[in-house]
Amino acid sequence: MQKIVEKTLTKSDEVVILFAGDSGDGIQLTGGQFTETVELFGNDISTFPNYPADIRAPIGTLSGVSGFQLKFGCVEVFTPGDKYDVLVVMNAAALKVNLANLKTGGVIIANLSGFDAKNLKLAKYIDNENPLTDHSLDGYKVHAIDITKMTREALKESSLGMKEIDRCKNMFVLGFVYWMFSQKPDNTIRFIRDKFKKKPEVAEANITALKTGYHFGDTSETFTSRFQVKAAKLPPGRYRNINGNQAVALALVAAARRNDLDLFYASYPITPASDILHELSKHKNFGVKTFQAEDEIAAACAAIGSSFAGGLAATGSSGPGIALKGEALGLAVILELPMVIVNVQRGGPSTGLPTKTEQADLMQAMFGRHGEAPMPVLAVASPKDCFDTVYEASRIAVEHMTPVLVLSDGYIANGAEPWRFPASEDLPEIKKPPLPDNGKAFREDAYLPYIRDENEVRPWVPVGTEKYEHRIGGLEKELLTGNVSYDPENHERMVAIRARKTEQIAGDIPQQTINRGTEGADLCVLSWGSTYGAIETAVRDLVDEGVPVAHVHLRYINPFPSNLEKLLRTFRKVIIPEMNRGQLSVMIRDRFLIDARTVSKMKGLPFTVDEIKEAIQNELP
Amino acid sequence: MIAPKIKKKTADVNGLTPKDYASDQDIRWCPGCGDYSILKQVQSVLPEFGLPREKTVFISGIGCSSRYPYYMNTYGMHGIHGRAIAIASGVKATNPELDVWVITGDGDSLSIGGNHLIHGLRKNFDLNILLFNNEIYGLTKGQYSPTSPTGKVTKSTPFGSVDTPFNPVALALGAEGSFVARGIDRNPVQLRDILKAAHAHKGASLVEVYQNCNVFNDKAFDLFTNKETKDDHVINLETGKPLTFGGGTRGIILDGFTPQAVDLEKVSENDCWIHDPSDKIKASILARFFDYTVVRGDLPRPFGIFYQHERPTYEEVLVQQIKDHSHEKADLDTLLSGANPWEIK
Repeated sequence: MQKIVEKTLTKSDEVVILFAGDSGDGIQLTGGQFTETVELFGNDISTFPNYPADIRAPIGTLSGVSGFQLKFGCVEVFTPGDKYDVLVVMNAAALKVNLANLKTGGVIIANLSGFDAKNLKLAKYIDNENPLTDHSLDGYKVHAIDITKMTREALKESSLGMKEIDRCKNMFVLGFVYWMFSQKPDNTIRFIRDKFKKKPEVAEANITALKTGYHFGDTSETFTSRFQVKAAKLPPGRYRNINGNQAVALALVAAARRNDLDLFYASYPITPASDILHELSKHKNFGVKTFQAEDEIAAACAAIGSSFAGGLAATGSSGPGIALKGEALGLAVILELPMVIVNVQRGGPSTGLPTKTEQADLMQAMFGRHGEAPMPVLAVASPKDCFDTVYEASRIAVEHMTPVLVLSDGYIANGAEPWRFPASEDLPEIKKPPLPDNGKAFREDAYLPYIRDENEVRPWVPVGTEKYEHRIGGLEKELLTGNVSYDPENHERMVAIRARKTEQIAGDIPQQTINRGTEGADLCVLSWGSTYGAIETAVRDLVDEGVPVAHVHLRYINPFPSNLEKLLRTFRKVIIPEMNRGQLSVMIRDRFLIDARTVSKMKGLPFTVDEIKEAIQNELP
Repeated sequence: MIAPKIKKKTADVNGLTPKDYASDQDIRWCPGCGDYSILKQVQSVLPEFGLPREKTVFISGIGCSSRYPYYMNTYGMHGIHGRAIAIASGVKATNPELDVWVITGDGDSLSIGGNHLIHGLRKNFDLNILLFNNEIYGLTKGQYSPTSPTGKVTKSTPFGSVDTPFNPVALALGAEGSFVARGIDRNPVQLRDILKAAHAHKGASLVEVYQNCNVFNDKAFDLFTNKETKDDHVINLETGKPLTFGGGTRGIILDGFTPQAVDLEKVSENDCWIHDPSDKIKASILARFFDYTVVRGDLPRPFGIFYQHERPTYEEVLVQQIKDHSHEKADLDTLLSGANPWEIK
């Protein structure tokens, strides 16, 4: 029997871990299980998967490395973290790709058999150079464990073949990491039992590997230090884990279900938006109709058709697809039909960086249609925020009879975090514009489809409604009848009405609030979209240190909340960090003549907290 | 013509007349345009379907023909160039009860909207697609279209077009169209029969209608309408009947896979090809009666229903999948909570 070695316990507020290995190493599952376990324990967490761009890159190569990054803590966690405290690598390629982001002095857990001559060569280490032995990692705490060998040893009694046994090695790693972070493996044991219900021998092998990894930490003399991250103080309630694209999908289902609308989602596959289509296509029992269209244009047009027929219509894509949909979105604007368009932004222009994140489609969202074609624009801040924002977009679309564009991005789409989900009864009601009565709405028995209320909203009369037959179209329409009109005065008037209609939405959205800090601070960091997390973390830290900075984060970009200008004017300076060349800055300067300064990052990567802190410090005396 | 079975016909036709389907808008087509005839034939068959007016919707793209919905006192949408079928797909998916008509032209659905036409036919939404083919761009004042014959001199092709034209019927068959027919503006009786059959067909019906543009491409179909020539150049397809033309003097026989025009004084009518629109291979051969060559015996142009075969429609299966899952509990709270919720107290 091995003797139990004395271990020290290091307490941390938050820890960043990256699990990395080959696509076939079960990295996403390992990360997902760790996430579930610490969530149940009560930590706050933010996660981000990093898949290889190629479908099946050759095993062991640099392009085949898959990663799962997470940050968990006893404090509120807003991002999956910048640099890693712990790097778990299943092979040499995983180390090479990710080492640059490991903190100085950080922990490396390496699978020794992934560093054999073949793997080193595949990872382009030359002349038998081996980072585990050549002292190049001296600045880190390196634990090289022969995971493959130990897993095989633990499972030598198993009836499984060698290939299947080797597939259990991710569970060994997970068990070890549980030990390292003082977490119990119980939840994962339940998960494995459930997942392999029909293959008990596979279940037992995985559980054995998991427990072996866990006990290895306890008994091995090599490891003397463990970490402990206490539970966070999260608001009470019921939580689940959710990623951005899932939250978009659930919001659409919820908006339809709660308000007796038929959901129709039309989309063409595109990274990183396809998962919305995947998720929605599962929910047949909710009556969800999904339509994989022949192209992006057809998807937008089918959504318009659905809306004309009374459906809650939505389409989703990424920048290149939104560009193709542009003409159809202009049609939706002039028809004045409700629909939700989700742009999960990625690096551009053109095909650009399909798997990397960027927020450079703001101008496209605002102005990417010909003619004066105003459209409400909302932006999501985080994975869980996708739910509230897309539900809100559905509300605005229906209540104001307009297409509404929601900006998400690749970082939010795939990132996940705990979400205190609402009870369905607490979801706001969406009030459809009522069917107008017979009086004012008709002229000589002909229905007037473009009569409006005080907010310029016209009624929604789905095809099939008796006595209300009418024609709509993309040609400029006469004020009330909707008949084709080339009258110059009428066109100018209609352009103004459509502009006013969008502006009026400002009266139907909440006032802008300050996320952190106080009004009148020396510096305001204004943000939209996925920069929320890094900025919120940076400003929180600095406010705690007494730095006079505040964070204002926008959900509503068109129209802006009516108090935004007044609020921004209370600050001495405004900076806007954006993953573009300053698109929100252009809007803020244009609308308010406020000299906002852009902090730009265009690397396909989110801002780090340190980058934001530095930008803030640069602006303060 | 085959005797069409009218699917939605009821005894009560709501007392509607063709006039009730005309909107109050002035028609803006050029005087003499073939579109007038097509509009009239559609308005005259609609009352026969016995559907309430609000259940009928016309969706169009852009072009001369696409002004059509404005002239119908039903629901209608004048969409954007080429996209009518995509818009109509969304209408039909959301409300399968609606009677959805698509009005499009040769530029609209064979050029800019070609993708939606082929996929619309393949997906087989129950749409009645009327493709007004005038072999020219009219609204933009006279450029050659994807159906203009090679060598066509137009504003954009002063030295003759270089393109090989589309054969819309062959294209529709290739795109798995489940109902493919051709009519012509100058034969209203036949056109009405085709429209009724197209409406009765459950699935995407593609009706190519030769339509004279008397301003930019006058007499493009003269061969098929002129009294002097039409008998020798038109063959009307009737189910179960032999393919004959030329006032009963000529017929078509199939020699293996090769169609040949024969003199009925030498060959018996009984030996002629009997039209069977359920036979896709024969329909494909018929669709090839398209080139004006003598190689295959100077074949006449067929009009009528080339092919018809019902298969499940897109919206039917879409709705069925939902029905198949309707026994599963659809509790929004369960959906929101996911499989692994936890509680923080």
